[in-house]
Amino acid sequence: MKRIDATFKRLKKRGEKALIPFITAGDPDLATTKALALEMAEKGADLLELGIPFSDPLADGPTIQAASCRALKVGTHLQEVLKLAGELRQETEIPLILMGYYNPILQYGLEHTAQEARRLGVDGFIIPDLPLEEAGPWRKAAVAAGLATIFLAAPTSGAARITKAGRLTRGFLYYVSVTGITGARQALPADLVAALKEVRSLVKCPLAVGFGISTPDQVKGLAPYVDGVVVGSAIVQRVAILQGPELIKEVGEFIASLKEPLRGK
Amino acid sequence: MLPDKHGRYGPYGGRFVPETLMPALLELEEAYRRISRDKEFKDEVAWYLKDYVGRPTPLYFARHLTEALGGPQIYIKREDLAHTGAHKINNTLGQGLLARRMGKKRIIAETGAGQHGVATATVAALLGQECDIFMGTEDIRRQRLNVIRMRLLGARVIPVESGSCTLKDAMNEAIRDWVTNVRHTHYVLGSVGGPHPYPMIVRDFQSVIGQEAKAQLHRVTGRLPQCLVACVGGGSNAMGLFHAFYQDPVRFVGVEAAGHGLKSGHHSATLVAGSTGVLHGAFSYLLQDPWGNIQEAHSLAPGLDYPGVGPEHSFFKDSGRAEYVAVTDKEALEGFQLLSETEGILPALESSHAVAYLKKLAPQYGPDDLIIVNLSGRGDKDVDAVAQALEVSGEAH
Repeated sequence: MKRIDATFKRLKKRGEKALIPFITAGDPDLATTKALALEMAEKGADLLELGIPFSDPLADGPTIQAASCRALKVGTHLQEVLKLAGELRQETEIPLILMGYYNPILQYGLEHTAQEARRLGVDGFIIPDLPLEEAGPWRKAAVAAGLATIFLAAPTSGAARITKAGRLTRGFLYYVSVTGITGARQALPADLVAALKEVRSLVKCPLAVGFGISTPDQVKGLAPYVDGVVVGSAIVQRVAILQGPELIKEVGEFIASLKEPLRGK
Repeated sequence: MLPDKHGRYGPYGGRFVPETLMPALLELEEAYRRISRDKEFKDEVAWYLKDYVGRPTPLYFARHLTEALGGPQIYIKREDLAHTGAHKINNTLGQGLLARRMGKKRIIAETGAGQHGVATATVAALLGQECDIFMGTEDIRRQRLNVIRMRLLGARVIPVESGSCTLKDAMNEAIRDWVTNVRHTHYVLGSVGGPHPYPMIVRDFQSVIGQEAKAQLHRVTGRLPQCLVACVGGGSNAMGLFHAFYQDPVRFVGVEAAGHGLKSGHHSATLVAGSTGVLHGAFSYLLQDPWGNIQEAHSLAPGLDYPGVGPEHSFFKDSGRAEYVAVTDKEALEGFQLLSETEGILPALESSHAVAYLKKLAPQYGPDDLIIVNLSGRGDKDVDAVAQALEVSGEAH
C-alpha cells in the first residue's frame, strides 16, 4: 500500500497523473504477462493492474471475458498470479494491484490471500463484485496485511455512497466512467467530466477513472479531473491479436502514447 | 423471519454485485417492502393469479400412482396446470406488476428450460413491457418450442455463447445487461437465487403454492402432510411449496439432478455434492473447482442444469430443516414414464426428478401417511428429449 500512496504523492509533486494499465494474468500465458508488465512499467505505466482470471466475470465485457477464458484454458489460477507478482517484484518497484472476483479469493482464503500477497510484494486488490456492504471480512484481512482495499464508485452510486466509498477505500477510489461493463468505447458519457468534478468534491483520496477509456485523446480529456486513468480492454485487445516481440513493442508504444497526455508540463 | 437486514439466511445470501447494481438492489428492496404491503397491489396480484393464471391449481389425489407405489397417499400439486405450464408465472407476474409500479418500462430475464423466459415474455405482453430474454445457445437448441413461444409473445431472445452456453451463462449476460440499463430496466430473476432481495421476493411470490396446498389438503383430510417433495435447480418451486409449512412438523425433501451420476462429475447436485462460495451475487452452495472457478453443471432437465442454488436452501441444508437428495437422468426418465402411464400426466423433466424420488420415499411411509409432490411444470417441452432418450418413435410405422 505504501508504494501506491508514495506513487500518487510523487506524481502530484511533479504535476503528473497516473497511468494504470490492466491486463489479464495468464493471457495468453504467464511468461507473456510478465514481459508485458515489465515493458509497460518501462514505457510509462505508474501502477499495474493484473487480472485474476475467473470463469464468470460478470462485470466484464466481451474483451476481458475472452482474455479470462484464454488464461483459464492454460490453467492460470490465483496462486500462479501471486507467484507472478512476486517475480515482478524482484525486478520493479511499480505498485502492483490484483483485480479479481471474490470467489477465487474466498476459496484460497481471505487471510491466506492477503498474507501471501503481502509476502510476495502485492500492494492492493480490486474486487469488482465485493461492494462496501459485503467487504468487512476482506477489509479486515487486507488491513492486517497492509494491503490497499480499492473500492469502486459508479454513476448510479449517488453522493452518500461515493462519500462512504471515499472514506473506506485505500490507495485510491476507482470511479467507473459508465453505467455498464468493461470494454473500449468510442465515446465516453457526455456528463463524465461533471460527474468526476462532483466525486472530486466528495472524496479526499486519490481518484482514478476507468472503464471504456481506450485512446490518448480520451485520456487527455479526463486528466485534469483525476489523479489516475485506468486503461484495460484497449490493451487486452492487442494481446488478443498480436504475439511475441511484436506484441511487446506495440503495447509499449501504446502505453507511451497514453502516458504522454498525463505528463506534467 | 429470514432473511436478516443484510439479506442473509444464516451465513448464506448477501449482495455480491458490482457497485453499479447496489443502488438498484437497495431501491428494489425498499420498493418491494413498500409495495408488497399495499392492499391494492395484493388485490391486483390475487386477481391476476385467479383469473389470468388459473389459480388455485388443483391438489390432485393420485390414486393410481399411490397404488403403484404401495405406500403413502400421494397428492400432486398441479403447477403444470398454471398458465404457461409451470410455476414460473407466479413469480414473473408478481415481479412484472412490481416493475410497473416502480416505473420500469423494460424487463429482462435469464432462462434455462425456457419456462421462466416464456413466463416473463407472457407477463411482458400482458402488461405492455419491452422484454429481452437471455438464453444459452445449447438451451436454445434443446428447447426450440419455448424459443418460438417467447418470440410469438413479442420478446427478443438473445443467444448467449459464453461458457457452457446454458443457464449460468445466460444469467451472467442478464446481469451484464442490467448493469448497463439499470435505470429503466427491471431484472426478473427466475429463481430463489441471486443477490438479496431476489431470494426473498421470488420465495414470497412462489409461496402461494404451499399456502394453497396446505389449505387444500386440510379441506380434504383435515391434516398436515408427513412430507413434501420437490425438485431443486435454483429451488423456487421447492421453496414455494415448503415455505407455508416452515413452522409445521413436516419433512421437506428437495431432489437435485444427479445427471450421469454423482461420481461421473456430470451432475447438477449443488447441495448434495457441492461446496460453499459466491456465484451470481449470493453466498451459497455451488459447484466449483479447487481454485473457485464455477464448474459446468449437467442434467437432462435444462431447468436443473445450474451450478448454484438459492441461499435459503443452503441454510435449510445446514440447519437440517430440509434434506436434499439427487436422482440421475435415468431415474428421472423412469419417473416421467411412471407418472405418464399411471396418471395420464406428462411431467416436465425437472418435476420428473421429484416423482422419481417418490419410489425411494414410499417404503418409509404407511397407507395413512400423506405426501405432497410438486409437479412444477408440464412435459410438453421435453417430449423430443424424452422420445430420443427412450427411443419412442414419432413415425407412422
